[in-house]
Amino acid sequence: MANTASTANTAAPRAPGRAAPPGARGDREGAPRPQRRRPVRFRPGPYLLIAPTVAIIAALILYPMGQLVWMSFHKIGTREVRGLDPAQNVGFKNFSTVLEDDFFWKVFLNTVLSAAAMVVLTLIIGTLVGLLLNRLGKKMSLLVSSGALLAWATPAISSAIVYKWLFTPGGGLVPWFLDLLPNWLVGGGWEDYNWFSEPLSTYVVLVLCVVWQSFPFIAVSVLAGLKSVPSELYEAARVDGASAWTTFWQITFPLLKPVFMVLTVLSIIWDFKVFTQLWFLAGGTANRDSFNLAMYAYSEAVAFPAKYGLGGAIALVLTAILLVFTGFYVRVLVRQGEVA
Amino acid sequence: MSTSGTGRRGTRVALNAAGILVFLFAVFPVFWMVSSAFKTDEDINSETPLPVPVHWTLKHFKAVIDGQGLDYGLFHFFLNSAIVALATVAVSCVISVLAAYAVARTRFRGRVAFLLMLLIVQMVPLEALMLPLMLNAQRMHLLNSLSGVIVVYVGSMLAFSTLMLRGFVAAVPKDLEEAASIDGASRFTTFWRITFPLVAPGLVATSIFSFVNAWNEFVIAFAFLKDQDKYMLPLTLSYSFGRTQVEWGSIMASSTLFTIPVMVFFLIVQRRMVSGLVAGAVKG
Repeated sequence: MANTASTANTAAPRAPGRAAPPGARGDREGAPRPQRRRPVRFRPGPYLLIAPTVAIIAALILYPMGQLVWMSFHKIGTREVRGLDPAQNVGFKNFSTVLEDDFFWKVFLNTVLSAAAMVVLTLIIGTLVGLLLNRLGKKMSLLVSSGALLAWATPAISSAIVYKWLFTPGGGLVPWFLDLLPNWLVGGGWEDYNWFSEPLSTYVVLVLCVVWQSFPFIAVSVLAGLKSVPSELYEAARVDGASAWTTFWQITFPLLKPVFMVLTVLSIIWDFKVFTQLWFLAGGTANRDSFNLAMYAYSEAVAFPAKYGLGGAIALVLTAILLVFTGFYVRVLVRQGEVA
Repeated sequence: MSTSGTGRRGTRVALNAAGILVFLFAVFPVFWMVSSAFKTDEDINSETPLPVPVHWTLKHFKAVIDGQGLDYGLFHFFLNSAIVALATVAVSCVISVLAAYAVARTRFRGRVAFLLMLLIVQMVPLEALMLPLMLNAQRMHLLNSLSGVIVVYVGSMLAFSTLMLRGFVAAVPKDLEEAASIDGASRFTTFWRITFPLVAPGLVATSIFSFVNAWNEFVIAFAFLKDQDKYMLPLTLSYSFGRTQVEWGSIMASSTLFTIPVMVFFLIVQRRMVSGLVAGAVKG
């Protein structure tokens, strides 16, 4: 939150160096201000307060992450996992096996293309709905935002189930509707077409399902940003006879750029790791051709016997990609003063 | 001027039409889920889908509540889901409110590093950590137990709830706390009597978000819980969904029942949604 910096307790003494918890590499952002660097009594208070959080996150996220890294550099079988044999360090062999596998690249392509489609569509539709909400009358705007809230609140599982039902041949609404349309427009044979047997059509439904659930968040965030834009700017644009397109790109977008930055990076991160919806639409891990990276990492983890080395490498590749985007996200937040 | 008047009216009509389209797009799948749940099997499988149930039936709801095809009734699974979600919320809120207070109200070395760690950690996908998490859970005999699921949920939601609560703590005017401490109140008294009551609405919002996340979570529950008596609601859904002959009426009824609590909670916190989400960055 933007106001954190101003409300933070500036009078609180800065603890001496030895008090820093392990892993703290000084504060680059909270830049040391020399005038407040007087020697003070070490105050354990804040550290006691954050200790449980740090301990739990270390045990449940950071330590498993370390294990993942360790696994992905070793050859591990059932005996090695039980500690009967020492695991053999194989260097980057697991990674080269994964990266030389055509299947990995197929999965990678599925992930990147579907995430790109989701991000672009979510941002466009969300922004348009946000702009629309800003111009609608009070009652209409309430109606539309309540509807959007409904889509937003729907659990991922329920939405995937409904979309599967909508696209199921023999009773589903979409096949029936496509069959009603003239053949020259949409082609024939929709009545029996199984959308979930091919990766492409599975992903069409997945993208629709994810976009449906995600656009309300973008719309509401954009609307909140729009409310902060002074209306004089728009009046001036109207007087100058600017089109809606020009007004958006010359006034709205530059002013809301910070909002759009955060929304874009968040959407990329979320859409890159879509799992639950794909699981329900594609019917579990049965159809390997429809995998994305999250699904691939999961299926290798629960395989029997578990493929610790290879599975670890795949999971690490997914995590590394997400961490790159997370790095962008954190950088944007730091620049906007959200972290200090 | 009359041309601009009709032009403006034309714009208004177009905007309202667009609004109605968006509304229909947003609401339709939810409507279809609920309406299918009340249809008879004949109407569900008929050649021409009917928009609203013609022959209303509660058969599917009854079947779901009786636990058709499962060893237990719906209430058993509902209870499992509720226990896990409530335990997750209770533990993660108590722990994260402490950290949020420290981060929002005091300055200490490593504070920024701690914040950055939270921001990064909340983006790590659980699917990727599945391998080590399951291995560790097995070693600690937490596999196939609700407590194992709770432990993982607490770990995965702590970062988000700390970040979200930090925003709410920071929003409490500091003057109030200073006034209390000038009056001689201890730091704890100040927190308990001044800050806490003001943060309480934010705490409710954060709790609801954590609850909804735990309620909706699928992959950990699926990987951890093997026995049917441990199943949570998402697992019953995937169980009935995975059968060769899918009974759409019952599936729609159970996903309707699964969705209702989430919708209710969302309505309660909707006003705090945007600020909280931008601060903590989560997707419903």
